[in-house]
Amino acid sequence: MTWAAVLGTAAGCYLLKLAGLALPARALGHPRVRRVADLLPVALLAALVGVQTLSSAHRLVLDARLAGLAAGVVALLLRAPFVLVVVVAAAVAAGVRAL
Amino acid sequence: MRETPAVSAAPADLRRAVYRDAASIGVAVGAYGVSFGAVAVAAGLSVPQACALSLLAFTGASQFALVGVLGAGGGALAGTATALLLGSRNTLYALRLATLLGVRGGRRLLGAHLVIDETTAMALARADPAESRLAFWATGAAVYTCWNAATLIGALGARYVGDPRTLGLDAAFPAAFLALLAPRLRSARPVAVAAVATGVAVVAVPFVPAGVPVLLAALVAVIAGGRG
Repeated sequence: MTWAAVLGTAAGCYLLKLAGLALPARALGHPRVRRVADLLPVALLAALVGVQTLSSAHRLVLDARLAGLAAGVVALLLRAPFVLVVVVAAAVAAGVRAL
Repeated sequence: MRETPAVSAAPADLRRAVYRDAASIGVAVGAYGVSFGAVAVAAGLSVPQACALSLLAFTGASQFALVGVLGAGGGALAGTATALLLGSRNTLYALRLATLLGVRGGRRLLGAHLVIDETTAMALARADPAESRLAFWATGAAVYTCWNAATLIGALGARYVGDPRTLGLDAAFPAAFLALLAPRLRSARPVAVAAVATGVAVVAVPFVPAGVPVLLAALVAVIAGGRG
């Protein structure tokens, strides 16, 4: 099942890129389509942040991940590079769990 | 990589500057790739599965989303759908790059694989078309190499860390998504969409299968974008 998801994602992501190079420019030129496409990553990433911080299976929970995310926010505000934001969040969550 | 005459026409010092930029982007992406390899294996993927994603999907946010949803107990279908919705922005990038690159046949098939955030940004940052094309191919080659090498290193390393929760790797996912989101929050509308999307997804968690709350949040973008 995991391989199906991996290969399905790979094939789909490639075809999405190829479509942009192969289609005539006007195909997706409608301003409404562009606006939705610009906002899609925003909505999906924001939802992933919320769900992966606050849920465990089907329950909403407050645990060490929230402290980790808060530390990640501080790192982002201090303009830390991507990998440092991730490491700081993980380290703080691990630290809170170890208390 | 074969070079077109137009690419060779860029002056030597400008070409060196493009190569230098490409190399530094590659190294930065490499750090991100190590974290992808590590969290993918922590989320339950095998090392070959993590590497296959980087080699074949080659678009970071989608890859993180798939392993994030699978790791949180979501189904393969919900994970794939989230990854593809995130990957749809590459279609718009490719549309913008199509005229600039002017590629056909085999070069189009190869070039399509390299259409990602970084190559698009570097190509569009150059004013001269020949430099743009060089920036696209050079950045693509550097990022592809570093991303895949880094994924392998991170995936192999993750096998030695034991329980991912002890190391806080479950907090690494939301932090990674937040770091990807932050640069997009430059005006009021994306901020509002992000807030509403988070609310919709979190409220839906107890009521729908894992992975589906994020897909429901995509509707927020469709509604907000469609209203003009």
